[in-house]
Amino acid sequence: MIESLFPLGIAHYLAGGLLIGAGVSLLFVTTGLIGGISTVFSSTWSYLSRRPFFQQERLVGSRGWRLVYAAGLIAGALAFVLAGGPAFVTEVPWWQLALGGFLVGFGARLSNGCTSGHGICGLGSLQVPSLLAVLTFLVTAMISARFVLAIGGA
Amino acid sequence: MRMLFVLLSGALFGFGLALSTMVRPEVVLSFLRWHDMGLLLVLGGAVVVTALVYFLAPRLMQRPLFAPSFGVHPSELDRRTIGGAAIFGIGWGLCGVCPGPAIAGLGTGNWPLLIALAGIFAGAWVQGRWFGGLAGGAGPQAAQGVR
Repeated sequence: MIESLFPLGIAHYLAGGLLIGAGVSLLFVTTGLIGGISTVFSSTWSYLSRRPFFQQERLVGSRGWRLVYAAGLIAGALAFVLAGGPAFVTEVPWWQLALGGFLVGFGARLSNGCTSGHGICGLGSLQVPSLLAVLTFLVTAMISARFVLAIGGA
Repeated sequence: MRMLFVLLSGALFGFGLALSTMVRPEVVLSFLRWHDMGLLLVLGGAVVVTALVYFLAPRLMQRPLFAPSFGVHPSELDRRTIGGAAIFGIGWGLCGVCPGPAIAGLGTGNWPLLIALAGIFAGAWVQGRWFGGLAGGAGPQAAQGVR
């Protein structure tokens, strides 16, 4: 049973998840900030666009720490590779990355959260709307992932 | 000092994403196709730790170590939250990349993620430009504008 559900084992999944939770927790305990990721993709536009939407206080006021947080994500993954973890280059076709990425950016910002904002922070604070958002995107993602395979994608 | 801890927190997060292999789109797609349910353990592990700390910290500490108050992420139950999540999921299933791994994956040398990142930035711009509305400005997160 375990082996059919988790053919690659469970230890690295659990350890990785606990570390992700530790990161979100450290952020909260030291700064009180909620460590969702996707807002950085809106707040960074505030450096370039004068439009009122991107000049909202909640974006302008948080853009600095969100970029530092993003830099930390890269640094942490780099540390994993430097510590002996495998580097990796995806073979998912470029059009899937581009189109999928666009929908991910649009949808996450419309929904005001993604796998981290709704999935980790929202569920972590027992928010019912976040739970419904997570169930919604899990269902549509599972359908979409099978659909793209059926039409010849990776 | 505060920014140092923001950086450290992000680094823990990024290390965890790399260790869990969630930075690999192929692993995410394999999960979404039910070939390997490991990402449920990643999510579960992260949520349990976060829930514990989100619950305990405000009860055990007057305030965060380097800030005046604890923030909140009150999500709203409306068409945007659910409709946006549905669109997000369609995209996630197409590419196997969500925002955290899109950024962290660069640290593992996964350069094609730059294409996904460009797409995410473009999607966020279109959302703000044409679908931002005024609701965004009056949203509950307004209170959370921490510098």
